[in-house]
Amino acid sequence: MKRNRMAYIKKNWVLYLFLAPALLSVFIFNYIPMYGVLIAFQNFSVTKGIWGSDWVGLAHFTSFLTSPNFLQIFLNTIKLSSYELLIGFPVPVILALMLHQIRRSGIKKNIQLVIYAPYFISTVVIAGMLFLFLSPAGPINGLLGLFMNRPVSFMSEPDYFRTIFITSGIWQGAGFASIVYVAALSNSDPQLHDAATIDGASLLQRIWHIDLQVLKPVMAVLFILAIGGIMGVGFEKAYLLQTDRNLPASEIIDTYVYKRGLLAGDWSFGAAVGLFNTVIGLVLLATANQVVKKLKGETLY
Amino acid sequence: MSSSKSTHLLNSSKTDRIILLVNKVLLGLVVVVVTVPLLYVLLGSFLQPQILATKGLSFNPDHWTVDGYIRIFQDGTIMRGFFNSVLYASGFTFVAISFTVLAGYALSVDDLVGKKFFVIFFLVAMFFNGGMIPTYLVVRSLGLLNTPWAIILPGAVGVWNLILARTYFKAIPIELKEAARIDGASDLMIFWKIVLPLAKPIIFVLALFAFIGQWNAYFQAMIYLDDRSLYPLQLVLREILIQNEVQPGMIADQLARAEMQKIAEMIKYSSIVVASLPLLIMYPFFQKYFEKGVMVGSLK
Repeated sequence: MKRNRMAYIKKNWVLYLFLAPALLSVFIFNYIPMYGVLIAFQNFSVTKGIWGSDWVGLAHFTSFLTSPNFLQIFLNTIKLSSYELLIGFPVPVILALMLHQIRRSGIKKNIQLVIYAPYFISTVVIAGMLFLFLSPAGPINGLLGLFMNRPVSFMSEPDYFRTIFITSGIWQGAGFASIVYVAALSNSDPQLHDAATIDGASLLQRIWHIDLQVLKPVMAVLFILAIGGIMGVGFEKAYLLQTDRNLPASEIIDTYVYKRGLLAGDWSFGAAVGLFNTVIGLVLLATANQVVKKLKGETLY
Repeated sequence: MSSSKSTHLLNSSKTDRIILLVNKVLLGLVVVVVTVPLLYVLLGSFLQPQILATKGLSFNPDHWTVDGYIRIFQDGTIMRGFFNSVLYASGFTFVAISFTVLAGYALSVDDLVGKKFFVIFFLVAMFFNGGMIPTYLVVRSLGLLNTPWAIILPGAVGVWNLILARTYFKAIPIELKEAARIDGASDLMIFWKIVLPLAKPIIFVLALFAFIGQWNAYFQAMIYLDDRSLYPLQLVLREILIQNEVQPGMIADQLARAEMQKIAEMIKYSSIVVASLPLLIMYPFFQKYFEKGVMVGSLK
């Protein structure tokens, strides 16, 4: 048996050569950092390395969990991403259902062309546009000026942060996200619609009972993935949209990790907070997978 | 899809037709909402700064100017960022695609000894990660800080893409490979002459996504690069748009503070256009590939 294996490997060495770069790169950039998570339990010093640094157990976790701003940062993270999920998730589905009703494929293609476009704009540019549009002298305030006499300084009000974040996210991503659902719908069986029509089903009934059923499996998988990503949602944009004054709403765990861990050089503390975040994300992913499995029998793994 | 068209029209009730009409109107609104901000930026970039500040948009040709663009080109920071971004995005795409396609092919071979181990090895990496700080420390200890490699190497193998590639290769009929083997072709030959040409669509789709993703990324560059001459376009933009740091070379003239402020605003509009237009112009040509990519992805 072993002989056979060695013979196989010898004969097919090319395949192993093909695997090598990917294995090596995943090992270096994914596995070594997993081992590096150990520094979360240390007072890591770069000069001493992981083996030389002092172990402190859960000290960094306790100091994060008991710090006065923990609750705010934690709730900001949860709120921002769950609102984004609850509001942002259905929009592409609805868009796809709406697009599916457009029978003239030329027009449909053109609409798609337009609504995908913002997806190709970078996060930095989106954030820049938001600062330009929402500044006290910007066009949005110009419009609002017709009704109110004092400009709103949107970017420095914590109250507006989540709305800005989520709305702009939908503006940028919903069109492109609908592509999956449009593709799924195009595979649906037109005969079902014909049969239902003959049975007297109205358009809305057919959308509900036929089109939506076609989308359900895709929605389940994407929903699980979205829940798994809930703790890491939108970090790059949140960081760009942060101003000193909207911090009470915009400081999320990832931006905090970046500031404490990298900018302030508090490696171990940053790693501990990051690990806390990852663990919660994994628990959420597993839970979501279980729940959906129970409900529908669709799972991710 | 079109076969059901006639019955839809025949049988649709009055309410159905109203719903369809409302649907069209709503979609029209969506299109407007998406386009207006983009057009606003485009027009804004061609307007004299004092006009934009005082009157807002104007369609009077006397108010138009290309001054914003001239200032951007004169300073060169944006152009250098542009060039760096081309370099990083192409390098990243090349590395990512070659690593992913080679490994994806190997994993698609059914009788590969150790396949289970390799698949689990990659899948684990998909669900767990060390997080920002440990990854930074690895990049740092490899001496990659302040080199283009810090942008190009980490994250080159996306496990999800690897799965896509493997699925695609699996769909290639095994008979093709066997026939070639009987004709005396080596593994390398089979891969190069038979498998790769058939895999062009998936390679193209993955490459497009890798390129666009890297072109628009700023975060890795922000944490791994200090040297300003290495900055990719997005980092330069971040300074201009978010941190309000317009490069001195863009406002060389001695101007009053208020005047400078307005010119800085104009430069923001122009730099958004310079940064976004290339992708926005190119993407319609690739649109069908994105759809194809999604189809491949949903195959699983």
